[in-house]
Amino acid sequence: MIEKRKDIVRIKNCETVKLNRIPVLDYDSFVDLNSFFLKDGTKHVSHFFAFPSGKKLRLFSLIADDIAGDIICSSSIISTEKPLPSVTALHHSFHPFERDIHEKFGVQYTDHPWLKPLRFPAGIKDKKKIADYPFYLFEGEDLHEVGVGPIHAGVIEPGHFRFICNGEKVLHLEIQLGYQHRGVEELFVTKKRLLERIILSESIAGDTTNGHATAFSLLYESLCGFKAGEHLSFVRTLALELERMAIHTGDLSALAGDVAYQLGNAVLGRLRTPIINYTQSWGGNRLGRGLIRPGRTNFPYTAELAESLDKIFNEYEPHFAEMADALFARPSVQARFEKTGVLSKEDILSMGAVGTPARSTGVKRDIRSTHPHGYYLSFKHEPVLLPQGDVYARAYIRGREIRQSMSLIRKMIASIPAADKNVDLSDKKCAAESLSVSLVEGWRGEICHAAITDKSGNIALYKIKDPSMHNWFALAMAVRGEEISDFPLCNKSFNLSYCGHDL
Amino acid sequence: MFRSLSIVFHNGKQFIPDIRGTKLAPPFRGLPVIRRVRADDKKIAAFCPVGAISTAPLSIDLGKCVFCGECAFAFPEKISFTSDHIISTNIRERLVVKEGDELPVRTDRDVIRPEIKRICGRSLKLREISAAGDNSAEWEMTASGNVQFDMSRFGIEFVASPKHADGILITGPVSENMARAVEICYEAAADPQIIILAGTDAISGGIFKESSALQRDFVARHKIDLYIPGNPPHPLTIINGIVDLMNWD
Repeated sequence: MIEKRKDIVRIKNCETVKLNRIPVLDYDSFVDLNSFFLKDGTKHVSHFFAFPSGKKLRLFSLIADDIAGDIICSSSIISTEKPLPSVTALHHSFHPFERDIHEKFGVQYTDHPWLKPLRFPAGIKDKKKIADYPFYLFEGEDLHEVGVGPIHAGVIEPGHFRFICNGEKVLHLEIQLGYQHRGVEELFVTKKRLLERIILSESIAGDTTNGHATAFSLLYESLCGFKAGEHLSFVRTLALELERMAIHTGDLSALAGDVAYQLGNAVLGRLRTPIINYTQSWGGNRLGRGLIRPGRTNFPYTAELAESLDKIFNEYEPHFAEMADALFARPSVQARFEKTGVLSKEDILSMGAVGTPARSTGVKRDIRSTHPHGYYLSFKHEPVLLPQGDVYARAYIRGREIRQSMSLIRKMIASIPAADKNVDLSDKKCAAESLSVSLVEGWRGEICHAAITDKSGNIALYKIKDPSMHNWFALAMAVRGEEISDFPLCNKSFNLSYCGHDL
Repeated sequence: MFRSLSIVFHNGKQFIPDIRGTKLAPPFRGLPVIRRVRADDKKIAAFCPVGAISTAPLSIDLGKCVFCGECAFAFPEKISFTSDHIISTNIRERLVVKEGDELPVRTDRDVIRPEIKRICGRSLKLREISAAGDNSAEWEMTASGNVQFDMSRFGIEFVASPKHADGILITGPVSENMARAVEICYEAAADPQIIILAGTDAISGGIFKESSALQRDFVARHKIDLYIPGNPPHPLTIINGIVDLMNWD
């Protein structure tokens, strides 16, 4: 039984709500209320952002309630002139969101424990140089620092990692991001055409093309009052689950590579290929670009496509099973995976982590199960959970999720819904003065998109949260106390997005 | 031991034997074709989400195109995409495909810098720089080296340090926050300091090109040795593009 409160409004996933329906609280009550919600671990912050109105800012808080399956919205209007107490001081999971507000609007917090630049965005007054990031420092001669990046040894995205070590042991890791900042959120406002925006959404994080394109499409459809038909939902779900299978397979390959298990690295690496090649045979692009569009799709799913996927799975499955079983049973792999990069359930809850890192400590966070949308409403998804929170658990869950996605896809393609009529939403009017929110479980975890429209229904603010926004801090905590040589392994067990964070 | 051998046996040979001759199948979108039929050219140009289409004559700039294929769906009588994936070139203008063009996009061997051939011989080491790339082109760079595409069979490899590299390969639209790192990395690379731009974002800024968060001076100031178009480029486009630049057949 959910108590009825006047200081919040509850909305469903992919719902649009008029701005004047969202209660405006005085700032102290807003802080108390939102930190209070997070006390028992059944709710977490999905998004928290500021919307400028005149000289003031209206803060919006979106808290996902994992039991009730809805989103708790509240707001408060603040002035940027005088320093404020932070929500982060009461619950750490708000830290990146308040840092974003601090960085963009100059809001000062009196008690924020980690008030550092988040991504050095363009277009702000007195922009600091990324080279001037204020790292955590130490004094004395017992310890040493190791700095890595922004350009890393491998072919990966840029970010700077600063380790403070005692011998081989990592005492502290600070991860400085922002190198990938492209101004994505601003482009969602300045680009007015729907086609531009959907292509932009596919480029938020290329490895999560389907995740972010789905989140944008769901949000946009909700804003203009369009309900996707069964076939469209089918296409998106299939694309999301194929993306999950492909990336998880690649991640297991990379993890095997990091413990010098060459066979696992090569075999799992090659097993990703048939999945992404299949995505190309469906929509022309290995990452799924072009498949997902609001209101329509250029690539309706057919019985012939289902037949070829069935063949690919029949080949993939025994090869994957044989390799994954060998990987997880191998003593040299276990020796490196087990009890490495351990996070406790308390750590996860305190940092608001999502996705496989959360599920690897038994925290049941999975939008497919708690806030289902579209096709996910037609069955009950059971997230794979493990208790131990180490590299092994994060890897093992990926293996289980690959099998789970494969079995879901097999069920799906056994009965393909009839194709829907494509609807062009380009000129459709969006709800005016409203907030719209969509949550999607990407392969990394919870993706949240939120938009606010003006009086004419134009997008006035667009906010994106890749799951990495929560999880980068979790990675930094996971390597504390580990040998520095275990960092690459820990890093790959999270596989977080730089561009999804930096936007 | 037995288990490992059985896995090796079951996986068989995975490499693509003929990287140079392998074809991709539709709906893969490679080289576009613009037919000489009557159409509303202005409307087609205005339709493109990234301004890659120009009029008089109607043309598509593969350095700006995000290969979404929407124009081919909206104006099928005028534009279609073939699955020809060999579309890299060392001349920026060659990326512009015009109405009625029937020639493939290729590298012009006459304008390859002679020192590239002289210094590199049959080995090429590159330092990849992701400069605000969205991890799609980066992904395909890694895939180019996997057991199937096996780019190293041609002596081409990505290396950890620019000091070990004959040049750099940039992916992403180059953010202001990465601009300095790109310069430093380039300066550290050994001669002939090859510069390759891979992916639409790197070549033109792509969907991000109007963003004030970009800083593309580096790209504007230097001679680019190779453009590899795509969003992201397919591994076969990447490998064939680089092999053509090195003139290795």
